[in-house]
Amino acid sequence: MPFIPHTEKDTREMLQAIGVDSIADLFDEIPPELMIEHLPHVPHALTEMEISRLMRQRARMDGSPSCFIGAGAYEHHIPAAVWDIATRGEFYSAYTPYQAEASQGTLQVIYEYQTMITELTGLDVSNASLYDGASALAEAALMAVRTNRRVKSGRVLLAPGVNPVYEKVAAAIAGAQGLTFERLPQDPATGNIDFDAIPAGREPVAVVLQQPSFVGTLDDVDRLTDWAHAEGALMIGVVNPTSLALLKAPGHWGEKGADIAIGEGQPLGVPMSSGGPYFGFMTCKQQHVRQMPGRIVGRTTDLDGNPGFALTLQAREQHIRRSKATSNICTNQGLMVTAATIYMSLVGYDGLVNIANTSHANTAMLVDGLTAVSGVERLYSGPFFHEVALQLDRPVAPLLKALADRNILGGFDLTPIVGSDALLVCATETKTSADIEAYIAAFADVMNSGS
Amino acid sequence: MNELPGDLLYTKDHEWLRREDDGSVTIGITDHAQSALGDLVYVELPEVDLEVDEGGEMAVVESVKAASDVYAPIAGSIAAVNEELADDPEKINSDPYGDGWIVRMQPSDSIDEDALMSPDDYQQFLDDLDD
Repeated sequence: MPFIPHTEKDTREMLQAIGVDSIADLFDEIPPELMIEHLPHVPHALTEMEISRLMRQRARMDGSPSCFIGAGAYEHHIPAAVWDIATRGEFYSAYTPYQAEASQGTLQVIYEYQTMITELTGLDVSNASLYDGASALAEAALMAVRTNRRVKSGRVLLAPGVNPVYEKVAAAIAGAQGLTFERLPQDPATGNIDFDAIPAGREPVAVVLQQPSFVGTLDDVDRLTDWAHAEGALMIGVVNPTSLALLKAPGHWGEKGADIAIGEGQPLGVPMSSGGPYFGFMTCKQQHVRQMPGRIVGRTTDLDGNPGFALTLQAREQHIRRSKATSNICTNQGLMVTAATIYMSLVGYDGLVNIANTSHANTAMLVDGLTAVSGVERLYSGPFFHEVALQLDRPVAPLLKALADRNILGGFDLTPIVGSDALLVCATETKTSADIEAYIAAFADVMNSGS
Repeated sequence: MNELPGDLLYTKDHEWLRREDDGSVTIGITDHAQSALGDLVYVELPEVDLEVDEGGEMAVVESVKAASDVYAPIAGSIAAVNEELADDPEKINSDPYGDGWIVRMQPSDSIDEDALMSPDDYQQFLDDLDD
């Protein structure tokens, strides 16, 4: 799908036709205080040569540190073939094509993606993706309200381990539509839900559990799912796709399974890239499919009986349903999804299990080493996947700075979130024993030198 | 155009109402509406006991090409829904005034017949639409 810009003449003619002097006039209704003239650290306009030089300079400043930060985005090995295939001309677009059915290859990739994601999450239907994990939570909450019409509270209860950034995004998107987000009480020893302390009569429309939690813990998914259903709420699971190679799929949580599962797709072959673009995934039970936002590709047969792919359930979408559409965030992250589909195809089921096992073993090794250092212990007891919160006896920020000076990104500073000097560490399959030992040695050195 | 059943009342949103002996009101969409929508593939029904205002959305009918709201022509509560539409939404196409009924409502007030159309008025309304 080529990009064809307007000529100045085109633009002039179009402005004339609608009786507007300049393109800037079209943005008149945006209050001037919201218009940003100039972003700090972002130059105004540069030539291609200038911008290439600037970006190379800035990229050099990153260096190539050894990364032990997770907290929502995870460094995994991406086979070279993933992006080699994903950037072929046939795939290299972020959009589902406008004449979708003319692009059978693109639709088939999305169909295969949907199949893989439903297998991972143990649910019936997947959409073609959403923007990212955080906005997927907002969409899941809105979907729950549309589906669970008996409950009028608009109240979504979040387990203590739901990513705080996801909550902020969901509140920003869905808050203006009457939804409120409340946290379930936390057991300080485990970091998990304190079931005995849950107040009665909250009438939740939906309950959200993130597994593994933002702080790396594993909660009782079965108990919370059954509790949510007993309360008349829909159950939403927020899951890390890599972890699903080892952990119970949301579709199998509790007696009836989660109703909706969402998550951040970045671990499946998308580079961390300073925070994006990523993609969100969303799956649900068949019975909820008509309230699901976004596009869905279905398999069908053409007039001659040959198999083919088509966009399906479009009557719920914005081009037909207008303001009543199930979502107006219908753009999918097609290119990221293409990469994820190729990634999953290349690593396969056994490969994903290996990646998950190795990440868990590496994190266990890292945590054993770090907690052997005086002044360090685990913040929460209990099992974990590939991320663990550590309680330190001193402020985290200076420690991380000292480690960064040694070319190590030592983890995510949890201090503002948990209210104590806590550090979240993660070691994926990309780390060798030598990398982990080097981190432990540097960490011990900085701690012992009294930083 | 088929003849409109004479015992029904009609709305501008192409819904029909039948007053039942027990005081409840059965509601569906008209033959004109089902024919404009085309083959129906899904009907989203309200929960029984749901209270709806006059003009409030109470159901959605979805065809392969469009999805439309069905509005409550009167205020009241949903007394029954046509569960068979879940598996067989095309009943609305084949028998809009019979097996294709959508909901039965218990009106909260006496029905203001002046706000609704007689078969003749609705026929006139349809004829005017064609002009």
